[in-house]
Amino acid sequence: MIVAERKPFDELVDSIKDFRRVLIVGCGTCVAVCLAGGEKEAGLLAAEFDIAAQIADRDQSFAVACVERQCDREFLDELNAKVPHYDALLSLACGAGIQFLAEKFPDKPVLAGVNTTFIGVNEDVGLWAEKCRACRNCVLTMTGGICPVALCPKGLLNGPCGGMTDGRCETDPERECAWVAIYQRLEHLGRLDNIRPIAPPRAYGRAGLPGRQVHAAYERRYRANA
Amino acid sequence: MPEKYEPLIIAFICTYCTYTAADMAGSMRLQYPPNVRVVKLLCTGKVDVLYLLEAFNCGADVVMVSGCEIGDCHFLEGNLRAKERVEYAKTLLDELGLGAERLEMFHIGASDAPKWAAAVETMTRRALELGPNPVGRKRPLPAIEEQIGDLMP
Repeated sequence: MIVAERKPFDELVDSIKDFRRVLIVGCGTCVAVCLAGGEKEAGLLAAEFDIAAQIADRDQSFAVACVERQCDREFLDELNAKVPHYDALLSLACGAGIQFLAEKFPDKPVLAGVNTTFIGVNEDVGLWAEKCRACRNCVLTMTGGICPVALCPKGLLNGPCGGMTDGRCETDPERECAWVAIYQRLEHLGRLDNIRPIAPPRAYGRAGLPGRQVHAAYERRYRANA
Repeated sequence: MPEKYEPLIIAFICTYCTYTAADMAGSMRLQYPPNVRVVKLLCTGKVDVLYLLEAFNCGADVVMVSGCEIGDCHFLEGNLRAKERVEYAKTLLDELGLGAERLEMFHIGASDAPKWAAAVETMTRRALELGPNPVGRKRPLPAIEEQIGDLMP
């Protein structure tokens, strides 16, 4: 899932200072699971804003709305009746959701309430770890299910590098070398042959382009020449 | 002459331990400040950070959460979870400028009525030292119980 963390409170207070009525829009999917921007966090932020506004004697009011997913138009439609009553929308969704909300309501300032951090997993209560960089060319089949792109700070496809010491990474002695982990996993599986071939240079060409993909079943609908 | 400041303390306490202690404090005729308003929960594990912030938003000068002694929770770890949430809420209170010291967690066993009386005294003294909650003075007091009630299931 996509992991995010709430922006620092002072930054948020500064971002809403010009608006009297603010609608805090939570998102009920990834950011709800990582306790950054779900219904509960939206309510908590509204309470915090409310207290801060009263202490500073600012005439502001805050309301909360939470949609199932801010990255789907159908769910954003639920906000149609509410949005006109507010001066600004503060979205607690990931970067994708915030942009989709801004696209949906072009006449309202849309503010970001969270910093989207990574695609990761829930390791324990309140603890997340990055696992994927969405590099569009998955090598996990060959690397024993451990991603060198995400877990090696250099993103090496032919590791480990010379900086590895006792199985630890040179960037951080606390961090396990991803390539040592890959070697050990493949050895355990009896599949060391997987890493004997030298991987060719990564196709960085597409990395800077905004992604867009069409499901094969919908080719006719979205591709003019299909 | 300015109105005398009578602190308002909201206490979220658990049924099994602290509430029993508070009940016993009454039976024992222990004297302690009458400023505390008790919100009885089945377990302090039910305490949400939002309850704590709303208590301040509704005008509480200080807020206390009191559960069973560590290791004695009837639901095994509800009081430990409450402890974590209180610690988190304290960081939010600092962030807001209200100050973390307006919130405190206590662990009071069912038979420990004097400890309950002492905890309320501690928090009342603290409320007097800290002065009124800057939010609370702007809201009418009678609505407090009502609003806290809205948050309860």
